Amino acid sequence: MTEFLAGLGTLLSGAIRIAIPICFGALACTICERGGIVNIGVEGMMLAGSFGGVLGSYLTGSAWVGLLFAILAGVLFAAIHAVLTIKYKTGHIISGLGINLLASGLTTVLLVSLWDNRGKSDAVASLGTINIPVLKDIPVLGDILSGHSPLFYILIVIGVVMWIVLYKTVFGLRVRVVGENPQTADSVGINVTAIQYICVLACGAIAGLGGAYLSIGDIGLFSRDMVAGRGYIAMAVTIFGGWNPIGAFGGSLLFGVAQSIQFRLQEVAPVQIIQMLPYILTILVLILVKNRPKGPAAAGKSFDREAG
Amino acid sequence: MNFVEMRDISKYYGNVAANSHVNFSVQKGEIHSLLGENGAGKTTLMKILYGMTQPDSGTISVGGKKVRIRNPKDAINLGIGMVHQHFMLAAPLTVAENIVLGYEPKKGMFFDFEGAVKEIEALSEQYGLKIDPRAKIQDIPVGQKQRVEIIKALYRKSDLIILDEPTAVLTALEVQELFGVLKGLKEAGKTIIIITHKLKEIMQVSDRVTILRSGEFVCTKNTADTNPNELAELMVGRKVHAMEESFGGDVDESAPVFLEVKDAVYKEHKVKKLNGLSLKVRSGEILGICGVEGNGQTQLIETVTGIIKLRHGKVLVRGEEVKDPTPLRMLNLGVAHIPEDRASRGLIKDFPIRENTILGYHRRRQFSRRGVLNIREMNRYAQEMVENFGIKVGSIYDPVSSLSGGNQQKVVIGRALSQNPDIIIAAQPTRGVDIGAIEYIHEKLIEMKKQGKAILLISAEIDELMALSDNIAVIFGGQIVAQGKASEFDERRLGMLMTGYGKEEKEHGSH
Repeated sequence: MTEFLAGLGTLLSGAIRIAIPICFGALACTICERGGIVNIGVEGMMLAGSFGGVLGSYLTGSAWVGLLFAILAGVLFAAIHAVLTIKYKTGHIISGLGINLLASGLTTVLLVSLWDNRGKSDAVASLGTINIPVLKDIPVLGDILSGHSPLFYILIVIGVVMWIVLYKTVFGLRVRVVGENPQTADSVGINVTAIQYICVLACGAIAGLGGAYLSIGDIGLFSRDMVAGRGYIAMAVTIFGGWNPIGAFGGSLLFGVAQSIQFRLQEVAPVQIIQMLPYILTILVLILVKNRPKGPAAAGKSFDREAG
Repeated sequence: MNFVEMRDISKYYGNVAANSHVNFSVQKGEIHSLLGENGAGKTTLMKILYGMTQPDSGTISVGGKKVRIRNPKDAINLGIGMVHQHFMLAAPLTVAENIVLGYEPKKGMFFDFEGAVKEIEALSEQYGLKIDPRAKIQDIPVGQKQRVEIIKALYRKSDLIILDEPTAVLTALEVQELFGVLKGLKEAGKTIIIITHKLKEIMQVSDRVTILRSGEFVCTKNTADTNPNELAELMVGRKVHAMEESFGGDVDESAPVFLEVKDAVYKEHKVKKLNGLSLKVRSGEILGICGVEGNGQTQLIETVTGIIKLRHGKVLVRGEEVKDPTPLRMLNLGVAHIPEDRASRGLIKDFPIRENTILGYHRRRQFSRRGVLNIREMNRYAQEMVENFGIKVGSIYDPVSSLSGGNQQKVVIGRALSQNPDIIIAAQPTRGVDIGAIEYIHEKLIEMKKQGKAILLISAEIDELMALSDNIAVIFGGQIVAQGKASEFDERRLGMLMTGYGKEEKEHGSH
């Protein structure tokens, strides 16, 4: 029994570690798409965050300053996406792809110029983990709630706040209308452009934090293209979670558990097949769950008052 | 006293004058119709009043004071509300959320949903506009969506409510309900402007009417001092034939049956939309289908054009059963389709007019060989159609969305009629089209009938059915409940049959 509980605890704590960056990405996508802007650039924004985190930590020796840098880097890239899609009405996918390529290229160039290394940065201070006294000794529950990076707790706060803002405040109502039908919002005097800028910039900040988790959350270094597709998985999780922050938690956790089990099963079956498990699971759920909520109707279309 | 006065308003889009020196004024507490054909500048004028677009010149006064209306918020603050033709509602949200949007009640930091519900219930009580504030917009019918828009204007304390083509989307019954609501609002001291091109409605509901033609002000009249014929003339600028005339006649019973539907049954979400429907259309006949929307008309159209597959029953063309009908097969059998909603089924709006004129027929040898389009032939064909059907276009390469509604419909009809079909399914052929174009489309359909084509006419306009049909079939609950010569019906009898009254009498006796 004790052995089983210990095993379950390790499995869940591993699952959470995998889920954290994906959940950051999914929350970022959720707020962005609720405002009507599709963001496949979340991958690049996370990568910018990863690099920003290490840079800040490297320059000041403090991982917390690194976190600030990560947010700034994410916001900076988000600002590019915002100006392109909102002001210049570029295709959202094109702009997002551009962000991803730019982030990948720019971080590599900076990697070489700062540390003279094409693969990874020097080791820097990381945020480490928080162990909560008493709680950490309770089996399973301790594994779930304790022993994580501080970013885990920040993530939970962001998710809860985002849910309250979206569904319980006037601002959230307006965001949802903008993503659904910007003409409607405009016709009652809501400033569509301002709301979209706020959503995209918030998305950048959250994505930046997700990236920072990968670089300074634990290990304390940046390696080239270290986000490795998590941004894209986050986009799938956003759909999976029905563009709802709580759904984003559920979706990323499910993915994390599948991934975590997958690591364990690699000993009993061919690795290649087992590695497909989380992705197959995601696809199956997307196909099989009926009456899934539809996304914001106007997501991906730039708002143009005159064309309305 | 004039509540709103618009003086010498001009608005240009490029070189085109949407409004040219228009004068328009509304008195407090009246229902005022703004009449004109599509493209006459009615909507532009009202968009200016509601702050959605800025005039190039002219002045606006509200309540005797000169004002500048830079955006909808300014208009709302002046007590002006607008119900747009395409509703401004967010479908997944509730009625209450949609109504209070932009002026939401708060409780501390949070949105006060319950407070909103209460306020709406009070308004709904005060003006007798029944609505469920907790229902989602996507779950309520069109008539109620419009009601939501009206309550939205009232919630913003509008004294003047502008309605853009409010009856275009409503059934006959809903139209009467709406007019009741509008008269109630008038009694409560509100001022109403209705944008419309339907003469009957003006006569029925408005106190005064202002007519616009090609962006210019024609005149303002008291409704009591005018009549539909005069209004039609003022609107179009020439004499037009009145719709009271009937073109129907006797059908030659020996003419071959071109289209037949036998015992059609079709289910949608477990509801029988077609319930043993049978009908025949002969060469040289126009058969009009009359009914309240949602009684199986759409499914009937989709059956005979091969879009849906019947559960039971069959479709026969020229006496032969069509096995496994598909849209392509029906098209190749000479069944032309004028769809009920040209925006979703009739046209690809961002495509050039040229491409739209051959949609569906693009596989024909005339237009393509081995999958390669014959551009030269397409150009010639489109140009010819534009000339034959009097479609007003800049160039055949312009997107079809740049045309007015009437001209878009002419593209749809031109396409259907140009390929020499035997059978024409004409669904709402004149919906959202101005009088001039209606007249033209009617002439074309009658011409086709005289050439010996079989025409199935599905229309929500009883006047249109009475004017064009030789025979009329009344559809109710997915069945034909009555059929006969058009001359045997009048509006009152059709109204009863459409609502299922006649059928009950026939089958169960009256209660």
